[in-house]
Amino acid sequence: MNEREIRGLVGKVKAGKLSRRGFVQAMMAVGIGAPVAGQILVSSGVAMAQPASTYKPTKRGGGGPLKLLWWQGPTLLNPHFAVGTKDQDGSRLFYEPLAAWDPDGNLKPKLAAEIPTKENGGLSADGLTVTWKLKQGVTWHDGKPFTADDVVFNWEYAKDPATAAYTIASYQDVMVAKVDQYTVTVKFKKPTPFWADAFVGTRGMLIPKHLFADYIGAKSRDAPTNLKPVGTGPYMFKDFKPGDLVTGVMNPNYHQANKPYFDSVEMKGGGDAVSAARAVLQTGEFDFAWNLQVEDEILSRLEKGGKGSVSVTPGGNIEFLLLNTTDPWTEVDGERSSLKTKHPTLSDPEVRKAMALLVDNKSIQDHIYGRTGPATRNFLYGPPRFDSKNNPIEFNVDKANDILEKAGWKKGADGIRAKDGKKLKFVYQTSINQPRQKTQAIIKQAAQKAGIDIELKSVTASVFFSSDVANPDTYTKFYTDLEMYTTTMGQPDPGTHMLQFVSTEAATKANKWQGRNITRWQSPEADKIYRETEAELDPVKRAASFIKLNDLAIQNQIVMGIVQRPTVSAKTAKLNCNISGWDNNTSDLSDWFKDA
Amino acid sequence: MSRQYVIRKLLIMIPSLLGISIVLFALLAMAPGDPFDELATNPAVPPEVRAALRAKFGLDDPIWMRYWHWLFALMQGDWGFSFVSRMDVSTLIMQRLPVTLVVIGASQILAIVIAIPVGVLAATRPYSLFDQIANTFAFIGFSLPTFFTGLVLILVFSIQLDWLPFVYRADITATGWAFYWEHIKQSIMPVTVLGLFQGAALVRFVRSSVLDVIRLDYVTTARSKGIGERKVITRHVVRTALIPVVTLVALQMPIVFSGAIVTEQIFRVPGIGSLLITSMLSNDTPVVMGVTFVSACLVVVFNLIADILYGWLDPRIAFR
Repeated sequence: MNEREIRGLVGKVKAGKLSRRGFVQAMMAVGIGAPVAGQILVSSGVAMAQPASTYKPTKRGGGGPLKLLWWQGPTLLNPHFAVGTKDQDGSRLFYEPLAAWDPDGNLKPKLAAEIPTKENGGLSADGLTVTWKLKQGVTWHDGKPFTADDVVFNWEYAKDPATAAYTIASYQDVMVAKVDQYTVTVKFKKPTPFWADAFVGTRGMLIPKHLFADYIGAKSRDAPTNLKPVGTGPYMFKDFKPGDLVTGVMNPNYHQANKPYFDSVEMKGGGDAVSAARAVLQTGEFDFAWNLQVEDEILSRLEKGGKGSVSVTPGGNIEFLLLNTTDPWTEVDGERSSLKTKHPTLSDPEVRKAMALLVDNKSIQDHIYGRTGPATRNFLYGPPRFDSKNNPIEFNVDKANDILEKAGWKKGADGIRAKDGKKLKFVYQTSINQPRQKTQAIIKQAAQKAGIDIELKSVTASVFFSSDVANPDTYTKFYTDLEMYTTTMGQPDPGTHMLQFVSTEAATKANKWQGRNITRWQSPEADKIYRETEAELDPVKRAASFIKLNDLAIQNQIVMGIVQRPTVSAKTAKLNCNISGWDNNTSDLSDWFKDA
Repeated sequence: MSRQYVIRKLLIMIPSLLGISIVLFALLAMAPGDPFDELATNPAVPPEVRAALRAKFGLDDPIWMRYWHWLFALMQGDWGFSFVSRMDVSTLIMQRLPVTLVVIGASQILAIVIAIPVGVLAATRPYSLFDQIANTFAFIGFSLPTFFTGLVLILVFSIQLDWLPFVYRADITATGWAFYWEHIKQSIMPVTVLGLFQGAALVRFVRSSVLDVIRLDYVTTARSKGIGERKVITRHVVRTALIPVVTLVALQMPIVFSGAIVTEQIFRVPGIGSLLITSMLSNDTPVVMGVTFVSACLVVVFNLIADILYGWLDPRIAFR
């Protein structure tokens, strides 16, 4: 389906000839997922889908306690300081943003009265202004009203570098202004296709001005409310022991009728993922357990008792293989993998092609990850609107052998291929983690059959993922030929995710290896496509550009997707909860309930 | 016991504690990892924020300067400020301390209560059936790691029988008797696991210590004076034999404070041990420094207490 056809369909929806659902189904039939379809409709002037609520309780409270188990407990409860999921999820019990992302990647209003669209005047045609109308009659937990001043304050608070807020990136480049008591505008410096960042989702939780106004900037760490949140959310703060337990009680004045259902909520932390799964699936001591990085085989066994089930929520996180484009074995100006070098053997495109044929995604899914890691070759696969159909998984040792043979790489006496005295010997590093070591073994075995010798290296996670400039084994230094890890995509927009292919983002000594482009790939074409996405306001064209960028990286074997890493959680049989892969686990907590 | 002796010991403590703190601080400062690592891997957080945070928490200062700041603050009773939780280290420790004291303390008491009578009985009847059974159990007890016995107990008592919860909760909402009952119920497994582990080692220790003493001449003299066997054992043997045991128990006391890392992880006991391990994993050095330094202080203090107890148990050990 091309752009024109899509526009035709959108026209039909507008004219009422085609239902929204019909449109979404038509889009899905050609591989464009529900979220993109929703967003296409919105930006084309059809209101964003609000799926019928499945919330059944007819009165507030009465549901008893809700017991959540996070195997890493929250350590702080200020959403602007919350860097890890655990802290953001914990903050979200009490704080809310203007809008949240639902599982399909649609926006759902929380503190906003409605989602801004072109039709209701919320989005300007030039892509420079978003106008948010706030819900009226909302109060903070201490009874003070929630107004536009609070929203503007959050911008001032987060954008101040002295505050050192982790959310700064969402706020520093925008201008926020109060129009009236219940209206706020967000202005961008240039047309911005992804406007739903500030005040939305994980990084959009709002803190009250009257309690934080004195603690902006350098004094931010002294605010008593950092540890005793006062928000607008469905539950009010009761007690907090960092790393162990957060408790809350029902907010009797919550701004949505008949919600929340539970009388209290507790989030317990600590322990490990397997026993967390056990406490939900096997003993039912807890109602919900988060982020179960456990082999599927174990989860299936625990599920057998029938006390609960595992839910797999798709997102954008990807476990992938990186092929170095620079030479990790030669030091230039005090750094290896320098941009001034070329990889001695991997710079041969035929070798790269052969490597791609030696990655057996299917076996890796089947034998290691199961439901918790569907195989994919793409780097960008979600939301589904960005999932390219052009990169089928191909595992073929014979073909790899053939390609290498034709390219002049001959097997030596030791069975390892060589050309011009250079042997196909690679070092392949990743962090210590059982599924990763198993994956390494599968890839090494296949490579061996094609005459490529792979030496496996595993680095303890606290070193591998650290930014320690002095340590040569960090993933950003990439001082090996191949490496593998999971990169996370926190928002349903691939803008930041795809920075990993932009030349200027290369991780080098000059930027203390903080650049996002770890493979150091230098491609003018990729840069050009990325720049296009930054200015393109039309979501259909923009999605197409992102797909093109993904295909370019995959087809040049810069990176290779191995498996998707969806969010895996466990819930008891009676619990109804909607988990979104694009927002916090607890983003929809007000709507959780249990069947009677 | 001379007062001079105690004062001299106390004075020696100061340089040793300073030395310990310097070593700890230097090790932590030089260890790989950075409390704001997570920020570096997060594309949404610009490097300036990390730089601002490092500056705010003084991480860019030279090590000696940071140590000086730490020491100076400590003199004023300030244990430092957690990078990760953004609260005082002392508050964090105080939140965890009661649970640790109760759970680990109970397990220590259990260990002592079991080990001393069993060890003494075993020693008075060496190679009897009782001795052999006690020895066998002691061997099994300290060869099985706590993570194994913990898991076995969970599988049996929580999963199979469904009698006991395996997630420890510091906040029990029940009141009255139900409150205590819930606390006891959730403490049974962690206390048993730890108590048996420590008790097993202690049994062996008490047994061999009593065996050493029981053959000494003064015991034979006491017996030949016609003193009853029970009295000989309790008055003459056990008292002397307890000296090395006291050393062992006294030196284990700091564990009561610093917690049992593995057991606390298994049962999710929110004690000092789990605080220490999570702080280490997140490179939260002020917390790690706080907990380890308190442990070090306790080791030194309990050493002193052990020295003093020696004199009370056996006046032959003179204080000079």
